[in-house]
Amino acid sequence: MKGQVFAITLVVISGVATFIMFITTMHSLDLTRNSFYRDYNFADVFVNLKRAPESLKEKIKEVPGVNQVETRVSAYVKLDISGFPEPVTGHIISVPDDGPPLLNNLYIRKGRLADPAKDNEVVINETFAHAHGFNLGDQFAAIINGKWKKLTITGIVLSPEFVLVMRPFAMSPDFKRYGILWMSRKAVSKAYNMEGAFNDVVLTLERGAKVNDVLRELDNIVDRYGGFGAYARKDQLSHRMLNEEFNMLRNMSKIFPTIFICVAAFLLNVVMSRTINTQREQIAALKAFGYDNFAIGVHYAQLVVLIILAGLVIGIVAGIWLGGMLGGIYMEVYRFPSLAFILKPWVIVAAIVISIASALVGTLHSLWRAAKQPPAEAMRPEPPAKYQITLLEKMGIGRALSQPTRIIARNIERKPVRTLLSIIGIAVACATMISSGFFKDSVDYMVNVQFVLSQKEDMAVGFIEPTSYRALYEIKEMEGVHYAEAFRTVPVKLKFGRASYKTVINGIEPDSLLHPLLDTNLKPVVLPQEGIIINDYLGEILGVKAGDMLTVEALEGSKTIRQVPVVALVKLYLGVMGYMDMKALNRLMKEGDAVSGIYLTADSQYQEKLYRSFVNMPRVSGTIVRKNEIRNFYDVQAKGMLFFTFIATLMAGSISIGVVYNNARIALSERSRELSSLRVLGYTRGEISYILLGELAFIVLAAIPLGFLIGYALCGYIAAALQSDLFRIPLVIELKTFALAALVVLASALISGLIVRHKLDHLDLVEVLKTRE
Amino acid sequence: MIDQNKESNNQDNLVFEVRDLAKIYKMGEVEVHALRGANLELFSKELIVLLGPSGSGKSTLLNILGGLDTATSGFVSYRGRNLTAATETELTEYRRFHVGFVFQFYNLIPSLTALENVAVVTEIARDPMKPEDALALVGLTERLDHFPAQLSGGEQQRVAIARAISKNPEVMLCDEPTGALDSQTGVVVLEALERVNRELGTATAIITHNVDIAAMADRVIHLSNGRISEVAVNKVRKSPSEIQW
Ligand SMILES: Nc1ncnc2c1ncn2[C@@H]1O[C@H](COP(=O)(O)OP(=O)(O)OP(=O)(O)O)[C@@H](O)[C@H]1O
Ligand SMILES: [Mg+2]
Repeated sequence: MKGQVFAITLVVISGVATFIMFITTMHSLDLTRNSFYRDYNFADVFVNLKRAPESLKEKIKEVPGVNQVETRVSAYVKLDISGFPEPVTGHIISVPDDGPPLLNNLYIRKGRLADPAKDNEVVINETFAHAHGFNLGDQFAAIINGKWKKLTITGIVLSPEFVLVMRPFAMSPDFKRYGILWMSRKAVSKAYNMEGAFNDVVLTLERGAKVNDVLRELDNIVDRYGGFGAYARKDQLSHRMLNEEFNMLRNMSKIFPTIFICVAAFLLNVVMSRTINTQREQIAALKAFGYDNFAIGVHYAQLVVLIILAGLVIGIVAGIWLGGMLGGIYMEVYRFPSLAFILKPWVIVAAIVISIASALVGTLHSLWRAAKQPPAEAMRPEPPAKYQITLLEKMGIGRALSQPTRIIARNIERKPVRTLLSIIGIAVACATMISSGFFKDSVDYMVNVQFVLSQKEDMAVGFIEPTSYRALYEIKEMEGVHYAEAFRTVPVKLKFGRASYKTVINGIEPDSLLHPLLDTNLKPVVLPQEGIIINDYLGEILGVKAGDMLTVEALEGSKTIRQVPVVALVKLYLGVMGYMDMKALNRLMKEGDAVSGIYLTADSQYQEKLYRSFVNMPRVSGTIVRKNEIRNFYDVQAKGMLFFTFIATLMAGSISIGVVYNNARIALSERSRELSSLRVLGYTRGEISYILLGELAFIVLAAIPLGFLIGYALCGYIAAALQSDLFRIPLVIELKTFALAALVVLASALISGLIVRHKLDHLDLVEVLKTRE
Repeated sequence: MIDQNKESNNQDNLVFEVRDLAKIYKMGEVEVHALRGANLELFSKELIVLLGPSGSGKSTLLNILGGLDTATSGFVSYRGRNLTAATETELTEYRRFHVGFVFQFYNLIPSLTALENVAVVTEIARDPMKPEDALALVGLTERLDHFPAQLSGGEQQRVAIARAISKNPEVMLCDEPTGALDSQTGVVVLEALERVNRELGTATAIITHNVDIAAMADRVIHLSNGRISEVAVNKVRKSPSEIQW
């Protein structure tokens, strides 16, 4: 029984460890985030606008529910970093001249804030510093309002506003090509002619304030100053990404531990009922000595609890260790001053209670049988097992079967429930493995759809403001440019009934070669001449269907409000946006032939030269290089993916070893007698192994296709549970993921099989002849 | 002291030859001498009964003869082949093709019917009987499709005998075949064994605690304390039906 207890313990360990790992990572991140937010005064509401006089601040303060207000000047700039000839974008945010920011205060990892008296000092965020190996005193240049300026780094900081630093509308963070720059208000105002004015407000709310009311009121106030729409913390990018992670961790902490605990309970059930069967005589003897039913029940319950307890202790320790590791992986992307690791007592209690309770529930039936068995009955040998001709044989295949095959078939048919549960157990292991591969597959798929199939450009060049269509011809003329297309994006608020959502409308050139809009079937979406296409997720949020009239409120330029018919809803993997024919969008905006940017393909040898010239073009706000985006995406994801695959493989392996090994051992103990008898009759070791391992092979082989099905369903569930407005995970599972899952199951079955085979080779033939069954 | 029937049992008929056979079980510090130099011969067509007190080494001897166990020292040959030097694989093959076993607790496969329990052996044997014929020999034609659990002890033991004889073995080794049966059922089982010995000429060794059964043997071998203490020859074999206990 030692090996079996070990196998069960392994499953319990996996369950407890994953539970603790996910939950504590979530709690630790949550605690860390909350204290960072609190200590560094993270804002509740964010407003961007074109330009407003500082006096407006008082008006904002008077809005009911508003607590603290801080105005800022912010801007996006192109950076010029020597030794890094790729486009880099910086987001400059002003810091008050009279001290650290009131809201979204900075945690200074190194150095100091910029001296307000100097206009060439800058403080940068930590991931950006690390990505470039910047240190205090290092310099780089920024094109600030069209002027090339050398900046000196005086500090490396973290901000609650940028726990995750990610370019808006990007698919994943890019620490090298996007950085946050804090400079003195004086310096920034001067550079952008914003003295006595601001274009960015952050504020906190009073307790009990109604967020939506405040947002509406704010929008009214800043409207005439070119407000881009106020938004609450929940829509703030860094915060939202963190929430997505929490959501993911919460789901994981439910799905996987549940699987394990069920498998462990099942294994315990099998082992306990077998143990109680073989110990019926001892039970009877104990009863004859005067132990009562309760005492017997408790005795076996203790055994169950003991097995679980061993798993719990190791599982908790392993969970804490893995949690630390997972926390560390998060900390590479999500930056906090330090990760507070906490293990809430209730988590431990929950782990203990859940595992022990489910183990006891799993073994209740056997415990009950042990307890209520009358002594006299137990003294008698167990009634012989009932066998019958299997259905398969009755169907006429019988003649062809060899006797050993018959034995296999009848043993399987005699315990249908146990066989089925074993099959399910192994299938679940297989499914777990598939779900881990699924993450990689779906990400690969999304990357392929997003970056390869629907973004065929080499570079995307963005303009500071909507620009005349002529810009397209100018860029087409540049040396090395093969082909170029214009695009238009308009930040908007979409409204339908009482629902509203802030996003952008993408204006695409009809029959775009570089940037086709593909639906989830990878079919190009044909843009109508008039009207808008939105993705189904946005449709759900707004409650619109094709044919409805959507209110579009532009958040830039003329700030027109218009009605647009929804032509169709399409399924898209990423984002929550609207799509229109570029000409139709421009008609809607009444801005003539404006473009927001250009997609282009270029000769590879000219690329570097091209972005040099873009850096120097005042109109160009930034350039994104597609291949960098893909590489970076994988760089950021890689560690997490690897860790997850590692964990899942361990888990799947421990489940399948647990189930297969237990099955093998139980089968061995139940059949050692007949197997020895066959050996006596002259059957070889190989021939009797066939009987035992054949049964296992059947179970494993039946489990694999079922595992594929369960795995598919599990992935579907995960995909649905994790869908958010950032992305919908496509349910894509590569063939090789199925193959790997099957392989892990087969390998663990093989290991278990070999151990049992070893035992089979050492059966004591004489032993069985001496005893009655 | 061993055989007084030398004239009728020449070398050609010699099935087993046992010389100075010893078996020591080591249990930690303690050594148990199960056999202390046993000498014995068994000839074809012969039926012998092994008698002796509990622990005298009867089963140990039979198990070594049957290739289930190995001796500590001494020599056993089967039809001129040295069993004491045989490998595990050779012993398996030896059991498979040459020996029929019957044990006190039948050792049938519970998931197989009577017929299939016999087929287990015929499937792997050279030149076996048809399982139905083997069962007919022990009078079980009616119960072919019954599982062991549906048969009485005597019937189960007869299935075991049918299984043992179905491969047409050279020797039948029976360890207390009637041990778990009442006397009436025991007689039926012994009749089956006797019939096989008589009709097929299978050399047969039967271990028993029942002195009365000795009357059906050609020779009666007495064991005590790991040695063969006495060999008695019956001039006339009694038929099992004449035996009462
Ligand atoms: N596996 C074993 N380990 C240790 N000692 C053993 C083992 N098998 C048998 N013995 C010992 O060897 C001696 C002979 O045993 P054996 O089974 O041959 O006796 P037996 O004559 O068949 O007795 P019985 O009539 O009770 O079956 C006994 O003392 C027994 O305790
Ligand atoms: Mg014995």
